[in-house]
Amino acid sequence: MKYLILAYYHEKTFEKTSPEEMKAIVAQCEPLDQALYATGKMEMVASLAATKDTVSVRPRQGKPWVTDGPYVETKEQLGSFFLIEAEDKNEAIRLASMHPAANLGENMGWGIEIRPIEFCRAKENAPPK
Amino acid sequence: MKYLCLAYGDEQKYAAMSKAEIEEMGVKCKSHDEEMRQGGHLALIASLAPTRSTTTLRPLNGKTVLFDGPYAETKEQVGGFFILEARDLNEAIQAASKHPAARVGEKMGCALEIRPIEFYEVTEAIQA
Amino acid sequence: MEKSDSASVLAKVDEVYRLESRRVLATLIRLLGDFDLAEEAVHDAFRAAVEQWPKEGLPGNPRAWLVSAGRFKAIDGIRRRARFDESAADLARHWEGLATGDEETPASPSSPGGEPQGLEDDRLRLIFTCCHPALAPEARIALTLREVCGLTTEAIARAFLTEPSTLAQRIVRAKAKIREARIPYEVPAPDQRPERLEAVLRVLYLAFNEGYSPSSGAEVARADLSGEAIRLGRLLVELLPDPEAKGLLALMLLHESRREARASDQGELILLEEQDRSRWNRGLIREGSSLVEEALLSRRFGPYTLQAAISAVHAEAETAEATDWAQIAGLYDVLWRADPSPIVELNRAVAVAMRDGAEAGLSLLDDLMARGLLADYYLLHSARADLLRRLDRKVEAAEAYRLALQSARQEPERRFLEKRLSQLEWKNPGET
Repeated sequence: MKYLILAYYHEKTFEKTSPEEMKAIVAQCEPLDQALYATGKMEMVASLAATKDTVSVRPRQGKPWVTDGPYVETKEQLGSFFLIEAEDKNEAIRLASMHPAANLGENMGWGIEIRPIEFCRAKENAPPK
Repeated sequence: MKYLCLAYGDEQKYAAMSKAEIEEMGVKCKSHDEEMRQGGHLALIASLAPTRSTTTLRPLNGKTVLFDGPYAETKEQVGGFFILEARDLNEAIQAASKHPAARVGEKMGCALEIRPIEFYEVTEAIQA
Repeated sequence: MEKSDSASVLAKVDEVYRLESRRVLATLIRLLGDFDLAEEAVHDAFRAAVEQWPKEGLPGNPRAWLVSAGRFKAIDGIRRRARFDESAADLARHWEGLATGDEETPASPSSPGGEPQGLEDDRLRLIFTCCHPALAPEARIALTLREVCGLTTEAIARAFLTEPSTLAQRIVRAKAKIREARIPYEVPAPDQRPERLEAVLRVLYLAFNEGYSPSSGAEVARADLSGEAIRLGRLLVELLPDPEAKGLLALMLLHESRREARASDQGELILLEEQDRSRWNRGLIREGSSLVEEALLSRRFGPYTLQAAISAVHAEAETAEATDWAQIAGLYDVLWRADPSPIVELNRAVAVAMRDGAEAGLSLLDDLMARGLLADYYLLHSARADLLRRLDRKVEAAEAYRLALQSARQEPERRFLEKRLSQLEWKNPGET
């Protein structure tokens, strides 16, 4: 089964982080990231540009209406996401718990969301799962 | 360049839809899905289980704590997402706007959020 | 090329700067792919012109000369950095290969219609990019005034009563978003054009209104922004003769034509029906009216054109009494169908009152109020007050003027309302 893992953080706090602090955080994340990759269960990883570069599109009288910025205002923002393949919810939780955002960054609003995927199709060649 | 498109909707309003309304939406979604497939920009598309099936993990006092439910309570929730490959933002908006969340479902709080992806990697596993 | 004396050459450089610097910038943004680099390049190009033109004489095509000079200065600059950075070297090679645009080039992915890149005015690309919906509305207007109109950050900040640093940040942010989200530097494809043009027109109208009737403060109008908006409107119509663009330009010209008559020497607000029509600028009225006619003929017009048409009917009337209110009310009916906003409804009610009598207008306004719309908009209360006054319902009129005062923020408008209120409360002998 596929699960979408979403990693959140508090953007504003993150932006104020000094280069030294950043280095320290990256150093702590590396072993966790490596362990997660080593499981072989990661199918796709992506990190996002900051929310200020977001664009929203919503329906207005049947036509798409483009506005700047995110659609929902939240305290913490989505920073990266990945797809994993897991036997069941428990394995998904076990894998997601290895992610840095589930272990560190408490003061930077880090957190993980695990969402089961109902339908997924990658590129035209791969058949739907 | 790759863009992440998050499709939002108000889950509660969805739950309150009549059978006929749901069917109508389904038809529109299907035709849009085909359009997106033809468009050639789609790298990946997925739909998600409702937020009640979500689990959240947070670091608290050096431990990983598990919570039932989403990370943040919002009026609208992400119901699906897709990843587009596009030359620039205009092309991304054009392609993304084919999705039903950008055209219909005005009353159900539907919308798309388009976010540029800085780093993207697909392992061999997903091609299988 | 003619050799002339230094002073006249430098005067010419100044003139070229005034007339062409924005166009040079627009082209350099396309060639260099970056706003900041292009701005630097423009400065470098004009510096070079100041140095070389006195010696070599004026070039036959100053704009092409400047674009070329700017581009080479930028390539030079990046070459120096290329020694440390391979990607910089790639960039330099890429820039060198690009046509400057004064010659025709074959269709490319960034020219959707297959139009030769050179023939599409880069200023149009610039306008559409600065007004892109992916940018925050305040950012769009700031960026447009800065890049397309060439206003300084300080001037824009002053006009909007913002801190220059806040405004500068806004512009920096907008340029960053253009880079990060990859907002392309292009004129939108025909099927996108209506909405994208609407965004441009909105920015222009906002800038015009900010100059004509700023959100708060003591002056009735600040001339500079309105002038810039009109200048930009003229450019837009020249580059893209769209009916609504003509309609907006007409609307701005017609509003502008009344600038001298709108306020007394003491800064008191003078209503349209009381203005000295001899102070109206007939040249602007002629230009505006003819644009309205052109736009209406196309049958593809929209709200701006209709508002301009209404303004033109006012402008045609020799005196306030001669105003063709029937035509105006009719135009408001059409406008209301195209743009059913509360403000249009309000203005329509006022026109109906003039055509059919105060009672008819008042019932429309009361309906608006009952729906809770425009409760904080002083003009609604002021319009109601005026109609009540005409119907001799003085107590209610005074009540309405007081409500209007609660929401009026501009000094001249407040003074006007206070005056009306005091006129009600002071019964002059023989006053009806």
